[in-house]
Amino acid sequence: MAKLLKNREILLVVAIAVLLAIIALRFPAFVAPSNLARVYNDTSILVILALGQMAVILTRCIDLSMAANLALCGMVAAMLNNFFPGLPIPLIIFAAMALGGFLGAINGTLVWKLNIPPIVVTLGTLTIYRGLIFVLTNGKWINAHEMSDPFKALPRLVVAGMPVLSWLSFLMIALMFLVIGRTPLGRAFYAVGGNPHAAVYTGIDVGRTRFFAYCLSGTLAGLSGYLWVSRYAVAYVDIAAGFELDIIAACVIGGISIAGGIGSVAGAVLGALFLGVIKNALPVIDISPFAQLAISGTVIIIAVAVNARAERRKGRVILKKAEAV
Amino acid sequence: MADAQISPRNIPDRLEGRGARLLKSWEALLVVVAAVIFLGNSLASPYFLDPWNLSDATFNFTEKAMIAFAMALVIISGEIDLSVASIIALASTAMGYAVQFGFDTPALVAIGLGVGLLCGLVNGVLITGLDLPSIVVTIGTMSLFRGLSFVVLGDQAFTGYPESFAWFGQGYVWWVFSFEFTLFVVLAVIYGVLLHRTNFGRAVYAIGNNQTAALFSGVRVPRVKFTLFLLTGLLAGLASVCLTSRLGSTRPSIALGWELEVVTMVVLGGVSILGGSGTIPGIVLAALIMGMVTFGFGLLNVPGIVMSIFIGLLLISVIALPILWQRARRRPVH
Repeated sequence: MAKLLKNREILLVVAIAVLLAIIALRFPAFVAPSNLARVYNDTSILVILALGQMAVILTRCIDLSMAANLALCGMVAAMLNNFFPGLPIPLIIFAAMALGGFLGAINGTLVWKLNIPPIVVTLGTLTIYRGLIFVLTNGKWINAHEMSDPFKALPRLVVAGMPVLSWLSFLMIALMFLVIGRTPLGRAFYAVGGNPHAAVYTGIDVGRTRFFAYCLSGTLAGLSGYLWVSRYAVAYVDIAAGFELDIIAACVIGGISIAGGIGSVAGAVLGALFLGVIKNALPVIDISPFAQLAISGTVIIIAVAVNARAERRKGRVILKKAEAV
Repeated sequence: MADAQISPRNIPDRLEGRGARLLKSWEALLVVVAAVIFLGNSLASPYFLDPWNLSDATFNFTEKAMIAFAMALVIISGEIDLSVASIIALASTAMGYAVQFGFDTPALVAIGLGVGLLCGLVNGVLITGLDLPSIVVTIGTMSLFRGLSFVVLGDQAFTGYPESFAWFGQGYVWWVFSFEFTLFVVLAVIYGVLLHRTNFGRAVYAIGNNQTAALFSGVRVPRVKFTLFLLTGLLAGLASVCLTSRLGSTRPSIALGWELEVVTMVVLGGVSILGGSGTIPGIVLAALIMGMVTFGFGLLNVPGIVMSIFIGLLLISVIALPILWQRARRRPVH
């Protein structure tokens, strides 16, 4: 039982349940299954992005450019649709993911080949990617009437009771479970983040592993770009500005250690859901949406403090065991 | 993070002379770059060399450079503070709020500096007191501080600052030398002495090079780091006073994205992002270069967001070029 309580994923489930219970006391309609499904659907994009960020953070790096990458890919997807309305939607999604993967690969190459600290690389590419949207569009918007109907309809399309957007996030969660848990690359993420020197001696190429983590986060950002633009039916320079903080917050809340090597897919998903529930509950309990940024900030700080304590305790336990033996 | 490669092979038999080292230094390169940009600007526009135009151009960098001095020490000590722009926003909001209650200029300045100091205190306590990684903490406080200004202001703006308050951002000390530029020079001297001529400065380098070794040589690592974050908060508060006074209004989006420009300035100035090296003259030169580039682009009517692409490229290439250069030089030896 004690072990169960120390498990971060279960703690998070409890925290989310408590949060929902508190909201339900005043507003029972919020926890109706149909509304919860709506909340999940609203959080789907954050879930997908958090999965990509998790892979990067696991390798002891960080990707601050995800939101800018999303915005650029979303804009390119919208422009493709605008110029060639006949283009099949899967092709547009593929193009967005490929572009996202390419932008991620640029980050990865700079980190891998030039050994530039990840935070500097992604701070730089963050402004470059967002600036490119302006160069591409001259600051013009692409509005709903300039997008084709199938382009806008796909994420909303209901299949077996759930919108495609939710299904896509489930698919990505399942894929990440496989990549992280069942492939050499997934294990390499943990090895590189846990101890880069040890990883080298076990035959893992640290730089290459980080490169792939960035490609993964970039590809997921590209997919999210299409989803974002089609869901909100508008594309402009500033979409998802500052969203990189929400993504990192979701990871940190989900127990993914910023020092690398610690974290799980379930943690990232639950961290994103925690933020999603707060975000959707704020208007219901009549708190100004302007408070959301301050709340995310507070939650990040608390989560980091809690994580750091948990990690330290773990270190001590191992030492004690060693002494006992 | 990348680990520095130190092997016995790289230690030379004898050090180069002072003159040769000075000529090959990063700062020498910056002087050349600054001279080229200055020449280019004066050739491109006939209005550039006017003393008043040059004086106007300094406003492009003075506020950011104030924070860059403090940020340089933080980065040299191996930490980072991404919350500086949000501290500006919160301090500015606090000053705007105080104006509604009829506070006068001295009180407003005290409030601006005080809020900056308080924000620095929060960062310092979280980072050194609870021993948390500075990058995540300051990402958190970055959204917290700006979030608080959004809570107070929403989509509104504070205006109506007293007339005497405008002096900090718009006043001149003597002839073309604005208050902000004078402050920039004074701070450069203070920080130059602090970093290069005091025990505290040596301690900052020691911590950045090897924190454990610094601890064992008797450096009070947490206390030094705490002071650095406090100073960064204070200078962000000072920058907030200047910026608010110059703009005459406060919106929650004030100084948005400045943390990036400040970090770029520091890195361009030759401070290693991994800590342990960098100089204040380098920061001064980097500030001048960035100011002149922005001003030059402004004369050419380049929009701000396109300038930010350039700054992003500058940030990456400034770090990448020395690495490529070193690699190209080292290759024949192997």
